[in-house]
Amino acid sequence: MSDTDTVEPKSTASFVNIGERTNVTGSAKFKKLILAGDFEAALDVARQQVENGAQVIDINMDEAMLDSEAAMVKFLNLIAAEPDISRVPVMIDSSKWTVIEAGLKCVQGKPIVNSISMKEGEEAFIAVAKKVRRYGAAVVVMAFDEKGQADTEERKVEICTKSYKILTEKVGFPPEDIIFDPNIFAVATGIEEHNNYAIDFINATKRIKATLPHCHISGGVSNISFSFRGNEQVREAMHSVFLYHAIKAGMDMGIVNAGQLAVYEDIPAELKEAAEDVILNRRPDATDRLLEIAEKYKAGAGAAKVADLTWRNADVNKRLSHALVNGITDFIDADTEEARANAEKSGGRPLDVIEGPLMDGMNVVGDLFGAGKMFLPQVVKSARVMKKSVAYLIPFIEEEKARNAKLGIVDAAKNNGKILLATVKGDVHDIGKNIVGVVLQCNNYEVVDLGVMVSCAKILETAREVKADIIGLSGLITPSLDEMAYVAREMEREGFTVPLLIGGATTSKVHTAVKIAPGYSKAAVYVPDASRAVGVAGNLMSAQQRDSYMADVKAEYEKMREAHARQQAGKKRQTIAAARANRAKIDWQAHTPEKPRTMGLTVFEDYDLAELTRTIDWTPFFRTWELAGNYPDILNDPIVGKTARGLYNDAQAMLQRLIGEKWLTARAVIGFWPANSVGDDIEIYTDNSRTKVLTTLHSLRQQMFREGEKARANMALADFIAPKDSGVADYIGAFAVTSGLELEKKVAEFEKDHDDYNSILVKALADRLAESFAERMHQRVRREFWGYASDEKLSNEELIAEKYRGIRPAPGYPACPDHTEKALLWDLLSAEKNAGITLTDSFAMLPAASVSGFYFAHPEVAYFGVGKIERDQVEDYAARKGMTVAEVERWMASSLNYSS
Amino acid sequence: MPDTQDRAQRLAALHKALHTRILVLDGAMGTMIQRHKLDEAGYRGSRFAAHPKDVKGNNDLLILSQPDIILDIHRAYLEAGADILETNTFSSTTIAQADYGMESLVYELNFEGAKLARQACDEYTAKTPDKPRFVAGSIGPTNRTASISPDVNDPAFRNVTFDELVKAFRQQVEGLVAGGADLLLAETIIDTLNAKAAMFAIDEFFDESGLRLPVMISGTITDQSGRILSGQTPEAFWNSLRHVKPLSIGLNCALGAAQLRPYVAELSRVADVLVSAYPNAGLPNEFGEYDELPHATAAHIGAWAKDGLVNIVGGCCGTTPDHIKAICESVTGIAPRKPPQLPTSMRLSGLEPFQLAS
Repeated sequence: MSDTDTVEPKSTASFVNIGERTNVTGSAKFKKLILAGDFEAALDVARQQVENGAQVIDINMDEAMLDSEAAMVKFLNLIAAEPDISRVPVMIDSSKWTVIEAGLKCVQGKPIVNSISMKEGEEAFIAVAKKVRRYGAAVVVMAFDEKGQADTEERKVEICTKSYKILTEKVGFPPEDIIFDPNIFAVATGIEEHNNYAIDFINATKRIKATLPHCHISGGVSNISFSFRGNEQVREAMHSVFLYHAIKAGMDMGIVNAGQLAVYEDIPAELKEAAEDVILNRRPDATDRLLEIAEKYKAGAGAAKVADLTWRNADVNKRLSHALVNGITDFIDADTEEARANAEKSGGRPLDVIEGPLMDGMNVVGDLFGAGKMFLPQVVKSARVMKKSVAYLIPFIEEEKARNAKLGIVDAAKNNGKILLATVKGDVHDIGKNIVGVVLQCNNYEVVDLGVMVSCAKILETAREVKADIIGLSGLITPSLDEMAYVAREMEREGFTVPLLIGGATTSKVHTAVKIAPGYSKAAVYVPDASRAVGVAGNLMSAQQRDSYMADVKAEYEKMREAHARQQAGKKRQTIAAARANRAKIDWQAHTPEKPRTMGLTVFEDYDLAELTRTIDWTPFFRTWELAGNYPDILNDPIVGKTARGLYNDAQAMLQRLIGEKWLTARAVIGFWPANSVGDDIEIYTDNSRTKVLTTLHSLRQQMFREGEKARANMALADFIAPKDSGVADYIGAFAVTSGLELEKKVAEFEKDHDDYNSILVKALADRLAESFAERMHQRVRREFWGYASDEKLSNEELIAEKYRGIRPAPGYPACPDHTEKALLWDLLSAEKNAGITLTDSFAMLPAASVSGFYFAHPEVAYFGVGKIERDQVEDYAARKGMTVAEVERWMASSLNYSS
Repeated sequence: MPDTQDRAQRLAALHKALHTRILVLDGAMGTMIQRHKLDEAGYRGSRFAAHPKDVKGNNDLLILSQPDIILDIHRAYLEAGADILETNTFSSTTIAQADYGMESLVYELNFEGAKLARQACDEYTAKTPDKPRFVAGSIGPTNRTASISPDVNDPAFRNVTFDELVKAFRQQVEGLVAGGADLLLAETIIDTLNAKAAMFAIDEFFDESGLRLPVMISGTITDQSGRILSGQTPEAFWNSLRHVKPLSIGLNCALGAAQLRPYVAELSRVADVLVSAYPNAGLPNEFGEYDELPHATAAHIGAWAKDGLVNIVGGCCGTTPDHIKAICESVTGIAPRKPPQLPTSMRLSGLEPFQLAS
């Protein structure tokens, strides 16, 4: 099956650490916030806890001064609106059943109830257990009965066993949803009977786990060190030692403040031994000895640390990992140097830093990204840290290489494989490809990026030269689809065996399956977005998985081809003659076309960028970064909202600099001419006498079957320009705008600084500005230059929703799918001279951040898609354009309703 | 209440059938009702001619005002080959009927709705005894959400409580069961907390009545984010509801079969019960119409069947008897999915699943 790559990875644990910072009995700060009604700040506490890795959050509102039920309900309802908190399960914690039940009515997930017990007798226990079951929660059962809390090993085992039997046999409770809390009590209190409490817990845990299948063991760990209140370092050591032994015995859940937990290995030996003596009750004087040395450790404790820089105190490997995961470049050179120096001291090499801590950190990033816990903008920031660190190490690596070369030693860096990426010939769009490159690099692939407009020959030659393991092709405009199919056929012809990956906005799985894969017998795989690239590459590079993966892909594509063939068979088109008979019926006597106020060309040399920022449509910007959702809602999106906000802030900051420091120049040219339609062609005249044809545009007509009384027309753009024989004087406009001039300079600066994040960001912004420019220019055309809607007043949202009169279709897009018409557009506008935009041989515009098209103003015109066309129209169109049928078929390959 | 002996026999037949083949649910009710182009008077019929509020669009009301139309649609789906009919009671709760001022009719709607479907099924079971037909009582999500605030400025606000939902669903369930439903189907779940309330009501009803019917649960993935509206992933959604030990868990509506597949596949992997899926007829086109042709929908569903992802299939918005016929053909002779044996684990959820190994 091919569905494995879409399955959400899940979080599976063997020990669950339950934070108690959202517990009014466990956190003084939280209690203060709740009592003051500052739920906003209380939510931040919960959020931090989840951000710091809490897998379950415990919520407790048991406070005499509080309406606990109301507080529980309000806090849980608020959490439900905060996806970065509510993504984890909650533990509803109260000693009052009414508070627990109120909480159970607020959570859609499956929570844990903490807790119930046999304190009030068996009958009451069964009643609440049934309810917990009906609400669909797991449950913590305290080792407590009518006689009191279990303190000895025997009592703990006895009560838990009895509860287990009742729950599983009388209530039908699933054993895996039962968590026993056999009570952790304070040790080292000076009372001799208390000395064995930790051992009682540990031994009871062992027995319960051995005899009661599938259940879990939990407990409040901080109780154990209660007698050392105020001496944090000793408490941390005791918690750590206790957990070390309890987890080994089978404890798999605990309420532990992660900040209050020493790393077992890091506890000073003397302290560890003393704590262990106390926990394990190993000697009669254990308490006294711990008290004695406790004094020594008191001083260093309790010192307040600057909260957000605490990670700086970790060892250098952890710091590198932290910097990578959080995308922090501030300390990267110093940390890299320290790691390098450490490696050198221990006889290691600079490369060890890359292959050790850096790769470890990037693996964490890769895992989080794969698990949907990090999003693209963050990953790209992580890559920036990685690249900066690697850049720091390069001179050292080179030096070592030079040394080794003298000694005749050659070595190669280890990585997951080498991937060659290119935007195909004729195409200039590379944001998506660059993102894929960054993500692959993050996952330890060596990426050879050939850039844009790369010929097939160059791709294949380089692939051989660098011994690429995989070739990835990207493209955005439709002619690139054909070029990719060509590369695939060439690979076949030249006997390549490496996998071919296909990606980019107009590519699709169907196209890959139907048009590309059949040309290359080895492996051609469609990659929908950057986040999938890693999985696909991983499968292809894995010796174990490669064959079965490819077999799956091939089987899937084969099915798609069959389905496609069947679908095609079901979608017959009508003849072009019939379609023409059903053209859009416009009453040319009912509307007199307005004459444009400024005929001929108008050139804009240096358009004000600031003006363009106001009409930016942000939604596609987020899509570029694979963040799904519409602006502005996306900023508060449950899943990606936080990332989106960060990205948006970065974009706004960059826009300010971009305008202030004038990184880009925006240029445009627009024009208006007399025009009339002749059949499906549009004649543009040199002047109002309409005698001399300046150029003839060719439009394509929809050929789908239309049925029923209210059937829509088979439209072509020519329908919306008055026919020559109507005698009506009509007009057409055209435009080309760009905001990408000088962009490459800025991109190069960022790339030199190993800053993919800003390099991709500035390109994405240039694209948005170009779209905004086109939108703004269209608005001015309607109001001023053509002036047929001089009183139009629309908000930005209404503009984005195209609630205005007139359209601006672009060659290569649905209403006029033929890219070659752009050549005529360019001649009309002298766009290269007037706006600085050139066309590639696939008719892509360079700079990529450019938009062009025609202006149609008729009140009834609206955007439409030509859809698939038949051979009869292709033949007719070829004759009109003076091209061969084969030429037209090549350019229109993705619009043909037949195989050419 | 219909003879419980009959129901026990039918349920035995249902389990037998599920063991040997993929069963097919019916298709869209709304699309079929639209074909009748009913106006306000058509919706009212004679009985509700004087009702003070507009009722056009209250499709459930047709059970009482135009029972023949509903009965004929039921028959058309059975004729197309559907094994399981859904009652026309998607919005028959006091909460959803409040818009029309018809809260007082809720029990009757469910009772009569189940009876109509029962009648149609019994007719066809009599015709083809080797292919028994079953009635699933449809329980919609209501038009309110218990875990999402309708007021962006007040995220803690709720316009419906868990208790209100439990009460409303309880009433619906009682009507459906009394009217002769064989199964209960909570469908188009957009908020898992609403579904938990429905399950709470059902469980309470079962306990008190001593009756136990199979329960089907079907959530809705609203877009390509792959989550239900209230934010849960399919596995988290399953973890929230698995305690009721349903007959099946699945997905319906909002997406076409092509888009729905990965989420069906995910459920198929994580659910140790039967899996159901009934997608829309593709995604709506620019006019909001569903135009995926029957063979196209059926091709996707047939592939799900071949890949062992499903036990119960059918159609949601935009599907017609022709779709159901094509779907029936596409799954005929293909073995039903075998639910996986999962390791015992504590499976919790927030918006995302969490698992603690035992």
